[in-house]
Amino acid sequence: MAKVVAVTGNEAVAVALRQVNPDVCAAYPITPQSDMMQRFSGFISDGRVKTELILVESEHSAMSSCVGASAAGGRVITATSSQGLALMWEILYIASGTRLPIVMPVVNRALSAPLNIHGDHSDAMGARDTGWIQLWSENAQEAYDNAIQAFRIAEHMDIRLPIMVCMDGFIISHSIERIEYLEDEEVKNFVGEFRQLNPLLDIEHPVSYGPLILTDYYMEYRKAQDEVESKVAKVVLEVAQDFEKLSGRKYDLFETYRLDDAEIGLVILNSAAGTSKDVVDEFRSRGIKAGLLKPRLYRPFPYKETGEALKHLKALCVLDRADAFGGSFGPVYLDIATSLYPYKEKPALINKIYGLGGRDYMPEHAEFVLDELVDIAQTGTVKSYKEYIGVRE
Amino acid sequence: MADIVEIRWHGRGGQGTVTAAKVLADACLSGGRHVQAFPEYGPERAGAPLRAYNRVSSKELRMHCPVLNPQVVSVVDATLLDSINVAEGATKNALFVVNTSKDPGEIRAKLNAGSEQKVFTVDASKIAMECIGRALPNAPMLGALCKMTGLITLDHLLEDVRKSFGKKFSQKIIDGNLEATRRGYEEVKEG
Repeated sequence: MAKVVAVTGNEAVAVALRQVNPDVCAAYPITPQSDMMQRFSGFISDGRVKTELILVESEHSAMSSCVGASAAGGRVITATSSQGLALMWEILYIASGTRLPIVMPVVNRALSAPLNIHGDHSDAMGARDTGWIQLWSENAQEAYDNAIQAFRIAEHMDIRLPIMVCMDGFIISHSIERIEYLEDEEVKNFVGEFRQLNPLLDIEHPVSYGPLILTDYYMEYRKAQDEVESKVAKVVLEVAQDFEKLSGRKYDLFETYRLDDAEIGLVILNSAAGTSKDVVDEFRSRGIKAGLLKPRLYRPFPYKETGEALKHLKALCVLDRADAFGGSFGPVYLDIATSLYPYKEKPALINKIYGLGGRDYMPEHAEFVLDELVDIAQTGTVKSYKEYIGVRE
Repeated sequence: MADIVEIRWHGRGGQGTVTAAKVLADACLSGGRHVQAFPEYGPERAGAPLRAYNRVSSKELRMHCPVLNPQVVSVVDATLLDSINVAEGATKNALFVVNTSKDPGEIRAKLNAGSEQKVFTVDASKIAMECIGRALPNAPMLGALCKMTGLITLDHLLEDVRKSFGKKFSQKIIDGNLEATRRGYEEVKEG
């Protein structure tokens, strides 16, 4: 029986982690994540989980501890944000290259400089090519549900990859919303018993982790890793189906909203997708065929499925809450452009950068973009391919 | 009230305004409703002006941005009336509740409230001093808001106040807050 509560995103994910009861957690505080690990360490102190907590002196050490504990044979978690994720960078690749199914909630926050603690996707976008799986979450319910599914995906014997579960800092992590919890027993059964492949502590079967591989086999190793990535989407869908049976809540590789018969559309991640859906409804009520696609499995990115879902549109805007500096476009735009490239008939594609450093994304911003798309669909003319919106002039 | 009710709180750091928004969200969960409670995060320090928001709806709440057009405005610290336009964006039939010893008519004039807007006052700080011994006006403000909006019954609110204070505080503090909530409900005046 589901329990309905009003809680913050951080609290919801901390409860998901408690229900999973992992073996080891390495934690280092950073806003806006700190509150999640504080709550989780409270569950440890109260004896509600059997997790061994390692209090480390930095996020580099947190991720290093996770790598060690996971290779040893444990089900392992940590959580971070912003600079913390940036400091883990070196070890993120070691976790994925060593195929360790570590689960890490990432409470998305802007990167320094200038120092800013608010919601922004720059942190996780910087880690998008590290070989970690990434699930993104619109609200507290999705963050909770994704956190539970993350264990099954990462630990699947065909996958064995680390996974990040992303939610917007403050906007979701610190806002109270109505959500439904599963029963502890249901979550326990859903994630099942953890079994590490080749645990270091299995001394009857000694193994070696982190070997040196030079020109002879490094490339084969990388190719094998790339092949694993291609299997992730299938597992994500299988786990989503099982989760739907349990919870009644449906998940996919991405969510489409009024997209099938749409002529113009938005692609947007996380909390701003919710605000945009209300505006899509408003445009629909005026007879304008607007729709939306919200990525969920962002890494590995389901290029083929995404391209298929978007190719029929006349005009499409990708909204990015991060920029990919280097004279190009926002990160999500680059992926959407890639997914549409194979099609001869495809929408005019523009990019808007919004909400950096926690700048509010308001309904008027979605309206502004949809109005521009209406114009592009009618005239076929694009005035500017990339633009910052909601910015002071 | 309407399908969706949007509330904006104005207070100062340290008055329990954010807690009040949280307690209200929790109390409004009943009847399968959807709720949100979130503060505007700035530099957090005692005495600094802050805003917090609630949304309560029979439908799923997807909007994740500040409330711009509140139907209810709760002013936990009346000194803010001199520095902030608390009526900004309020709907034309909005309800205002202000923590003050002043007469509702005087506050109505100060707010320059429209003919369909309603203005209520409650001396929440005095009630808090008498019931809790500290100027923490959030509990009586919740009581007043409960009466004006009819979002929840007083009994339901009292149960939620008890629940949210119950974990951390002594029986004396809990009883004081329950009494303060009840008095806020009873003593709110319309002008």
